[in-house]
Amino acid sequence: MSTKLNFSLSLAKPDQDLSTKQKVAVGLGAIGLFILFLAFLNIDFPNRVLFLSAALGLITIGTIVFANSAYLKKTEGIKNDGVWFKSISSRGILGWITGIILTAFYIVLYFYPQYLGLGMDGAANTGLISLFDPLSQLLSGRPASQWFVYGTFYTLAILIFGYKFLLKYRHNRYEQIRTGSVMFFQLAFAFLIPEFMYRLNSGLPYYDLKNIWPLNYYLFDEWSVKSFLSSGNIGLALLLFGIASIFIITPILTYKYGKRWYCSWVCGCGGLAETAGDSFRQLSDKSLKAWRLERWLVHTVLVFSVVMTIATVYTYLGYDSNDFWLTKGVFISLAIAFLSLVFLLTMIFKRDALGKDAKYGAIGYFITIALLLILYFTGTTHEVFFITSGNLRSAYGFYIGSIFSGVVGTGFYPIFGNRVWCRFGCPMAAILGFQQRLLSKFRITTNGGQCISCGNCSTYCEMGIDVRAYAQKGENIVRSSCVGCGICSAVCPRGVLKLENDSMKGRINPTEILLGNDVDLMDLINQK
Amino acid sequence: MEHIVIIGNGISGVTAARHIRKLSDKKITIISSETEHFFSRTALMYVYMGHMKFEHLKPYEDWFWKKNRIELQQGFVKTIDVKSKTLHFTEGFTMTYDKLVITTGSKPNKFGWKGEDLNGVQGLYSKQDLENLEIYAPNNKTCRHAVIVGGGLIGIELAEMLNSRNIPVTFLVRESSFWNGVLPQSESEMLNKHIKNHHIDLRLSSNLKEIISDQNGKVKSIIIQETGEEISCDFVGLTTGVSPNIDFIKESEIETKKGVLVNRFLETSIPDIYAIGDCAEQREAIGNRPVIEAVWYTGRMMGETLAQTLCGNKLEYKPGHWFNSAKFFDIEYQTYGWVFPEPKENHAHFHWIHQDDSKCITMEYNTITNEFLGINTFGIRMRHEVFDTWLSEKQNIDYVISHLEAANFDPEFYKHFEKDIQASFKKTLQTI
Ligand SMILES: Cc1cc2nc3c(=O)[nH]c(=O)nc-3n(C[C@H](O)[C@H](O)[C@H](O)COP(=O)(O)OP(=O)(O)OC[C@H]3O[C@@H](n4cnc5c(N)ncnc54)[C@H](O)[C@@H]3O)c2cc1C
Ligand code: SF4
Ligand code: SF4
Repeated sequence: MSTKLNFSLSLAKPDQDLSTKQKVAVGLGAIGLFILFLAFLNIDFPNRVLFLSAALGLITIGTIVFANSAYLKKTEGIKNDGVWFKSISSRGILGWITGIILTAFYIVLYFYPQYLGLGMDGAANTGLISLFDPLSQLLSGRPASQWFVYGTFYTLAILIFGYKFLLKYRHNRYEQIRTGSVMFFQLAFAFLIPEFMYRLNSGLPYYDLKNIWPLNYYLFDEWSVKSFLSSGNIGLALLLFGIASIFIITPILTYKYGKRWYCSWVCGCGGLAETAGDSFRQLSDKSLKAWRLERWLVHTVLVFSVVMTIATVYTYLGYDSNDFWLTKGVFISLAIAFLSLVFLLTMIFKRDALGKDAKYGAIGYFITIALLLILYFTGTTHEVFFITSGNLRSAYGFYIGSIFSGVVGTGFYPIFGNRVWCRFGCPMAAILGFQQRLLSKFRITTNGGQCISCGNCSTYCEMGIDVRAYAQKGENIVRSSCVGCGICSAVCPRGVLKLENDSMKGRINPTEILLGNDVDLMDLINQK
Repeated sequence: MEHIVIIGNGISGVTAARHIRKLSDKKITIISSETEHFFSRTALMYVYMGHMKFEHLKPYEDWFWKKNRIELQQGFVKTIDVKSKTLHFTEGFTMTYDKLVITTGSKPNKFGWKGEDLNGVQGLYSKQDLENLEIYAPNNKTCRHAVIVGGGLIGIELAEMLNSRNIPVTFLVRESSFWNGVLPQSESEMLNKHIKNHHIDLRLSSNLKEIISDQNGKVKSIIIQETGEEISCDFVGLTTGVSPNIDFIKESEIETKKGVLVNRFLETSIPDIYAIGDCAEQREAIGNRPVIEAVWYTGRMMGETLAQTLCGNKLEYKPGHWFNSAKFFDIEYQTYGWVFPEPKENHAHFHWIHQDDSKCITMEYNTITNEFLGINTFGIRMRHEVFDTWLSEKQNIDYVISHLEAANFDPEFYKHFEKDIQASFKKTLQTI
């Protein structure tokens, strides 16, 4: 991967000067950030409501003014001029600085929240977090936490950069509707509803309805399940909804629309990647090597999270069926039976579609089963795989939940592109992708022989899919990692790509000779 | 083992090589004097505009060639000795071949204008041209004004490129309306407006008289033939078409005219030597196609066909229905079948244009048989496969209009215009 520092700005390169209006906008945003920075330095503002509103307001206004001046005066169309000349979007100095600041923020957030001013052991908040107390009190009636502050930033980022994205793609209704959708789901489902839910029923755990297991890896933790079950009917309904989400709702929607219904329309990680991360989508690695790494990593995380979840549930189930029918033994057997069923059905009906990957699928399956058996024969109520279960759990939370999804996934946007987590680490994406590849109506259709191999599609694919490799062969794109963002189709200057849901038949159509040539030759070669 | 040598690593040569490799185990060498690896010439503009870096233009990763045992040779072929089947390079070395494929592409036209070889005057074809553009027109301080001569597809791309760096552009077009030698009048006029909307100083019916030099041999200004007006500029883009890049072949025994003459099997006058792509000239035109087809798709199709012949399945070059596409600033254009600027005899045009002047279609059909003959579509993407089928089935215009939705290829949720188009078609029928 070429992550070399790009000094494009220091050489005699095209000017990327900002207009006066944009400079003012940057100034406004900077003042907003400065207020937050002062709060971080523990400066206690006299009127928190006023200063918090000013900080968030200035950042919002700055971004809006900037976006207006960048896009509204220009004609509608693709706006990628200068992307590879700008320091921020081409791994230049600004890109690296942004990456380092973001990464530092994530490390502090996850591991040292006290530096943000989190009041420890019931003490009142100070610093940055205390600045957010009034907003948190307003929404849920409790003081802010580092997660509340983070959630506010996160939501704000999706909203204001979503606005920028809406202007940038104002000629493209697919992008408009999709972006409206992620903005809505973040604001309502991830931010507001959980806070209100807390207000209504303070026994419920924080629950973002759209955050589905295995992305929501603690859903089936003992404390989580217990607090659902102890919150009466609402709690039970929510828990059932959580189970239905992954086993019923997800397969149906993915069958009909591909994994995009989640990854680029609903998901919060996807939402941030599509909005705040939009300027970095061209930085994803398209090489075959990266694709290989992706498949190993993402499926390893999937196996890990499946085994971990089963292990977690395992620890708090009983041995005796007289107490509760679901005992450790029954549970493990059910899990193994379910996984085997999925595996067998896939191998029987989709062996061809899997091609060479069938081998890897089989390896993954047997490793999972082996781990479950080891779990069954060695696990106790406190230990799984001879490690105290709590430790294993927090190790997973640490490496996958924090380091991967936060620090690397978002902190490294300006270096590796905006979908590092979604591509290499998200277990949910792995499940959805598996289904998208084998059992979905979704594909990206290529338009006969019209491709000129220009490379715009591949360059702007945030998932690092070499779209051109398919398009120039006239072959539909059916890839497990495609999140259906639609940008490849948007940037294609020849109208070659169309995301669509159509029948399963002829979805995968390898071709050698493209449309437009001698029909006999096409028949001769393509029918073989 | 038979050694197949291909001169030129553009789309034609590379397609031929890829297919020969699929079909056989022959030794394959591709020669190029331009870049080590194949790149997409059609996307040069996006590098200058900052949408992509040059490395993104390479359709295959660098390991691809070795893995597929396609040897790459850098060098410029100076002469072809057809008797000893030997190539002589300017660099001094030689190479022998059993079969030779000439795919040397095109070069920009120059018409002997005074000053056409000055610094800051150039065409847009090769990677070298792109590099020169960065020298003479990197920004609007070094290049305060640019003039483009020639209103074709490359001319308008160059205008868009310079525009992206805020360099003011004067665009000299010989015709009375942009590209109206190819497009019907209304479409061409829509593009005139679109070009002007991007603040390009479009000068129709204007020819270049001469280019004037400063003391250092760099362009200072140009003079317009018709008005005698002098326009000062730091850069002149010559985009008045291309012609086959075959100067070094003219001295050999291989028969040439404007291009290397080939028959329908893509064979030249000398056995074991073939020519495909931009540099090949058909002895007789195929249907409505020009004898030299300088487009990406035809180069690729010739490569696909020739590979068959070279691997023992002798095949005629028999292209299917014509298609093409381009983009004019923000407006995408696709065409399937034939639409002429003026309808041919016994033909008529049905034209629909959206009031926002960014979308329109024109269909040509036969007024006696009603057969649908072709479509130009601007701002609405259409399915190649559907039109190809309709053209093969010789569907009539009514059928095509009433089934137009099946051909729509716009992204999901886009506004559809079929109803509007159908209504407007009905209206034209009533007025006839
Ligand atoms: C800016 C631009 C935009 C275009 N856009 C489109 C488009 O949108 N759609 C479309 O259909 N077409 C487009 N075209 C045309 C299309 O690119 C050409 O038709 C196509 O690239 C020709 O391919 P080719 O393989 O025949 O030749 P080329 O791509 O020209 O390859 C020939 C190669 O041979 C090398 N060579 C020549 N002579 C020698 C020698 N003596 N020794 C060694 N090497 C030699 C050259 O250096 C060159 O690398 C565009 C062209 C340009 C310049
Ligand atoms: S292939 Fe296209 S739609 Fe899919 S993720 Fe890449 S850019 Fe988005
Ligand atoms: S952007 Fe379009 S024309 Fe360019 S390589 Fe991709 S599919 Fe082909």
